[in-house]
Amino acid sequence: MSVRVQREDFDPGQELKDLLAGRRDIGGTVSFVGLVRDFTDEKGVSALTLEHYPGMTEKALLKIEAEAQSRFDVQETLIVHRHGRMEPGENIVLVIAASAHRGEAFRACEFLIDWLKTSAPFWKSEDGVDGPRWVEAREADDTKAAAWQD
Amino acid sequence: MKLLYFAWIRERTGVHEEDYDLPDNVTTLAELMDHLATRGPGFADAFSDQSVIRAAVNQEMVKPGHMVAQGDEVGFFPPMTGG
Repeated sequence: MSVRVQREDFDPGQELKDLLAGRRDIGGTVSFVGLVRDFTDEKGVSALTLEHYPGMTEKALLKIEAEAQSRFDVQETLIVHRHGRMEPGENIVLVIAASAHRGEAFRACEFLIDWLKTSAPFWKSEDGVDGPRWVEAREADDTKAAAWQD
Repeated sequence: MKLLYFAWIRERTGVHEEDYDLPDNVTTLAELMDHLATRGPGFADAFSDQSVIRAAVNQEMVKPGHMVAQGDEVGFFPPMTGG
């Protein structure tokens, strides 16, 4: 179990290697990498700036991880989330779930990213043709997170 | 108490972080937001619609009816958009 909040980029391959080093009990891993897109609602995006709540962010991510560990049979989980300014094509977030069995890893990974989107204190501002704009929360994200409550 | 403002709430209030004396007549988070809205045009603009504001007391998400105390850290922000 670990979470990291950082300004600098990460290497998903290296993170996976580090997580698996010396492990012989893991049958499969599922990873999710979130990237900066160059469009939103048919408008161009030239950069993304992520603000967060230092202190609370780390606590919230640890809570999300603990929840995933209690719901799914996972051996290891990792969340790395960046903040600051990023350009299209750059990594924003990495989630890895590792388990003895693939089903649990798939479900845990999806749960982690769905919950993170609505309960970790990050806010995106997009630089578009009309200047910077705060991204509004999407109802679809709330619906996805709420679906895990059932 | 310590008050923190994030994203467009920070931009509208013009404040990121401040030490603040909790007024005697304020006991809940909703009352604190009502009070902050009276601090000038920027604060009035930021807190004009409490339904779009989320808040954390001592870094835990809480509802508007939550009690607040002088030693608390209270953060105000819009719904989260990470990931």
